[in-house]
Amino acid sequence: MTDPFGAQQIGLKKRHAAERRFIWGGRLAITSALGFLLAMTITIGWFAVGALTQTDIRLPVNLGPEAIDPQYLRGADYGKIVKDALKAEFPEVTKRGERRKLYGLLSPDAGFELQLKVTSDPALLGSTHEIWFLASDEIDQLIKGKVDVSLDESQRRITDQELGWVDHLEAQGNLRRTFNARFFTSGDSREPELAGILGALVGSALSLTVCFLICFPVGVFAAIYLEEFAKKNRISEIIEVNINNLAAVPSIVFGLLGLAILLNVFGLPRSSPLVGGMVLALMTLPAIIIAARAALGAVPPSVREAALGLGASRIETTFHHVVPLAMPGMLTGAIVGMARALGETAPLLMIGMVAFIVDVPNSIVKPATALPVQIFLWADSPERAFLEKTSAAIIVLLLFLVLMNLAAIILRRKYERRF
Amino acid sequence: MASLDIPKVDLTTRRKSRFFERLIMAVLIGCSLVAIAVTIAIVLSLLFEALRFFEKVPVTEFLFGLEWSPQTAIRSDQIGAAGKFGAIPLITGTLLISAIAMMVATPIGLASAVYLAEFAGPKTRSIVKPLLEMLAGVPTVVYGFFAALIIAPLIRNTGGSLGLEVASESALAAGLVMGVMIMPLISSLSDDVINSVPQSLRDASLGMGATHAETIKKVVLPAALPGIAGSLLLAVSTAIGETMIVVMAAGLSANFTANPLEAVTTVTVQIVALLTGDQEFDSAKTLSAFALGLLLFVATLILNVIALKIVKHYREQYD
Repeated sequence: MTDPFGAQQIGLKKRHAAERRFIWGGRLAITSALGFLLAMTITIGWFAVGALTQTDIRLPVNLGPEAIDPQYLRGADYGKIVKDALKAEFPEVTKRGERRKLYGLLSPDAGFELQLKVTSDPALLGSTHEIWFLASDEIDQLIKGKVDVSLDESQRRITDQELGWVDHLEAQGNLRRTFNARFFTSGDSREPELAGILGALVGSALSLTVCFLICFPVGVFAAIYLEEFAKKNRISEIIEVNINNLAAVPSIVFGLLGLAILLNVFGLPRSSPLVGGMVLALMTLPAIIIAARAALGAVPPSVREAALGLGASRIETTFHHVVPLAMPGMLTGAIVGMARALGETAPLLMIGMVAFIVDVPNSIVKPATALPVQIFLWADSPERAFLEKTSAAIIVLLLFLVLMNLAAIILRRKYERRF
Repeated sequence: MASLDIPKVDLTTRRKSRFFERLIMAVLIGCSLVAIAVTIAIVLSLLFEALRFFEKVPVTEFLFGLEWSPQTAIRSDQIGAAGKFGAIPLITGTLLISAIAMMVATPIGLASAVYLAEFAGPKTRSIVKPLLEMLAGVPTVVYGFFAALIIAPLIRNTGGSLGLEVASESALAAGLVMGVMIMPLISSLSDDVINSVPQSLRDASLGMGATHAETIKKVVLPAALPGIAGSLLLAVSTAIGETMIVVMAAGLSANFTANPLEAVTTVTVQIVALLTGDQEFDSAKTLSAFALGLLLFVATLILNVIALKIVKHYREQYD
């Protein structure tokens, strides 16, 4: 006897198997996307850890009157004092080329560092002191295990002789790794061990402040007009289509706009956070308008009707009742927009914020750089030691973005009202 | 008996405030016109500089020329003094990288959108959606760094072990990473679109005995197709305009090729290369960046207009 449902049973099995494959396909897609995010963050985080520490070398330095005249601190040759200390530590090194390599153990800034120490603490003068100096980036990378010493000497940048010096210092306890505070407190530098992100952070903060001050009021006012007052006609429709399209214009085009109009026509200062902020503001404006309109639209008509019914004018209704209720939503949108602006790089390249700037900017019209641009610049640098700096700067940038988005979420949860 | 205080309405202040209200109104209208002013400024600035470029280099050479080597002569008798401004290799390079990106992003983005909209419970959704938003929020300079540091060498080594010749800045590396970047865009837009397909369509199909997957394939996706097409177009436009990933992971060499293992360059990479560093503003070299910018703006604008129209039309259909 044949089973009348047999054929269907087999068909059903196939169809259910297809269903399961379908679901697993979806899971696989999500897992692979999130896996990429995880792999990327972990890899970059792994590289970034190195930037948290620096290597120091301790040397006995002669600060006696024959080296530094206590009456005239600025006149002393601090670079030479440090070099003499190195020579005294390794008296066997006499050849010129080898000496240069020996001086290369320390960061080129060691002399300046010593001068700062002596000026701030004149009690050091007059005798020999053991002082910690910042090691050069190559030694730092070696200590962090980033240099493959098993390679043949000709294949690596650190010679066997240098390895010997480092071993000697290490054996005497004259080598240590400390927290790299400089990374968070100084500006850019050509020397990886001296480079910090403070300049870029301040540049970003200044640009974002300018950006917010321009695009938040303009965006909110535009949204209020479009949502509360504009009649449904051709003009308001054109404005609406225009805003939606503007939101999808590639960011680099805003950079070209800034270059052609703000720099070349109006002659605003190149590379400055002022121009950077203005360009970012134009780019963020559509997103802010769209978010603010959504927030205004969520305020129920009954609020407006009640206010109007009690004799308030339309402007009073809007500004006394509707806008305060929509404010949390508008601020949330603004924070999300600012987070996008913070990560934006391309338009800033167009207006010259890629310049190499050592000083921490203190004005919106002085040349500056921004955090993502700093990442771009460091990523382009050939020195291996910049790899960890780049990664650490990325982690700092991502932390700021997460914080801003968290702030937006908290704001939304706390003040969001369902009407 | 307590008397009821009725405030007297002072008509003069009322009139004054009416003037004030008109002023506010003017400010509001002015602010909403800023958006239009920005668009006009973009068009004018790009057009003006591009026209200056086309005075030096004919439009036909720019649009149909097969060779791109932008340079300005320092002396007139220099070799290759004229420079070649044919944008075709840049356009094909851009399209190649965008195509690779779309090949990565479309299946992954659509599959996750379908899963999130149709199968995932509210709890999974509430975890996965913010994570995907994070993926969308990662600055592109980070993607570029990762592409150049990890993905490009990975592809090069894998290709090398298979006996393939892979450029160190291959189109494939940039395209793959760009695909990951635009995937959340496709996923979130398509998710919205799928969610707005009326439940009655699903119920009818399920009621006829179709499985959930069959309902999605035969009913939900066809119904959502225009909206999905719109979201894919927006994704293409994003890929074309994306700058940092290609600047860091794709090369500068304008190869006219369809081989994803070779290095190509894109419109955005060239704009950045032409405009960073020293520049004099009258040379054809610098001005060509604005012609490229105009090209980019027009191309993305057309894609956006079509995409937004489709999406809007589609929304109205089911509302």
